[in-house]
Amino acid sequence: MSNNKKKLLTPVQQQYQEMQSQLETKRPVLKNCLKAFLTGGSICLIGQAIQIFYIYFFDFTEQTAGNPTAGTLIFIAMLLTGFGLYDRIGQFGGAGSAIPLTGFGNAVISAAIEHRTEGFVLGVGGNIFKLAGSVILFGVSSAFVVALIKTILIQWGGL
Amino acid sequence: MLQGHRTWVFDHKPVILSTGTVGGPFEANGAIPNDFDLLHSDLWLNQDSYEKAHKVLFEQACLRAIEKAELQKEQIQFLLGGDLINQITPTSFASRTIGTPYFGLFGACSTSMEGLALGASIINAKGAKYLLTGASSHNAAVEKQFRYPTEYGGQKPPTAQWTVTGAGAAVLSDTGDGPCVTSATIGRVIDMGLTDPFNMGGAMAPAAVDTIEAHLKDRNIDPSYYDLIVTGDLGKIGHEVSFDLLKKHGTPIQENQYQDCGLMIYREGQPVLSGASGAGCSAAVVYGHLLNRMKQGEFKRMLVVATGALLSPLTFQQSETIPCIAHAVSIEYEGGATV
Repeated sequence: MSNNKKKLLTPVQQQYQEMQSQLETKRPVLKNCLKAFLTGGSICLIGQAIQIFYIYFFDFTEQTAGNPTAGTLIFIAMLLTGFGLYDRIGQFGGAGSAIPLTGFGNAVISAAIEHRTEGFVLGVGGNIFKLAGSVILFGVSSAFVVALIKTILIQWGGL
Repeated sequence: MLQGHRTWVFDHKPVILSTGTVGGPFEANGAIPNDFDLLHSDLWLNQDSYEKAHKVLFEQACLRAIEKAELQKEQIQFLLGGDLINQITPTSFASRTIGTPYFGLFGACSTSMEGLALGASIINAKGAKYLLTGASSHNAAVEKQFRYPTEYGGQKPPTAQWTVTGAGAAVLSDTGDGPCVTSATIGRVIDMGLTDPFNMGGAMAPAAVDTIEAHLKDRNIDPSYYDLIVTGDLGKIGHEVSFDLLKKHGTPIQENQYQDCGLMIYREGQPVLSGASGAGCSAAVVYGHLLNRMKQGEFKRMLVVATGALLSPLTFQQSETIPCIAHAVSIEYEGGATV
């Protein structure tokens, strides 16, 4: 805990929090990292297989196969979310299943399912990006900044 | 009636005439399925939203309790209840069906004992002949409000708890046969400055300790007076922390007499992390499992300390700490009732 936050606590509170944190079950970080690596890796492996499938059996190149691959992965994530399996994978895999494209799909779809009972417009429409909205906002803005830096470097930096 | 600072001792011994408990599929698969009056195999309970299912849970628990007491709805004078959903709509809507005069309570997961304490005090003061009190929670409806969507694949830490899908209700009366409510201690709001909503047990433990100590002091008794001191939903971590804290304060409490409802309802192997929580947890376990054991003569005196975390998703996002509360009610049966 930051010192700033600690200053606001009374000695009794500080004492209790210290005692509490000793007894608190810690997140098994190393084990979680390993699980996340395996889960995320497996999802990417499946993605790779789908991409090769599209290139091999259809008229796609490595550049153009990206979109149908992403679509297929999101479709699979949608099915898994709807059948109530993705949250179990998420509890096992942590960031491994949250970071890839499928995690983003799960965030959107789970919110849509959750708010279905409140109607299509205010329920699904108003809440579908409840979790994914911040990913879109900060993803787009950081991409803009990165692109700006790249442009400046190429235009005036002589790269 | 008032004894000490904040304890009511009920001289007229309000009786718990009957109880009704309802559970969901996850509870049916748990450690104490036989102690529920009614178990549902589906979270939806044939409704088209989880909030409606939540309402039906409480409705069924109330109706079952009335039926078991061999009473009619019209004979019940008051209903005291609550839940965790915004504006406690499930309980209010269920009360619309039942049609009795109604007090809506909010004490988060401590609502069950808040209701029992208030109900017993009304009966004790001859304010009613028959009265109904209870609490309920529905896993999907509560998770939707306090956490992420149910199907969202976020990883929960080992300190998180599983919200119970269940309801418990009890009919209280001034006459009849059954376990008696002998005293109640009303809790203060305690805030130890914890902010992690995925560690409710740790946040609530000091509130439970405060209320237990106040109860023992007000009634001038030793923990050994009770065969069982049971907390509402502290879970693994809260249970350990509160036990250590009681020991540290010099309360002579024994490990085998100190238990937690949140650790009783599910069996080993169910993915509940630190244990169960929710307003329905203490209500269903106490009104079902524990009273059944009491009636079988396994123990005579118990103190139920239901704990509640008084936060909302809004206060958590605004980085406020989690204030907590605990209410204690003592229930005694047979020999214990004459003390």
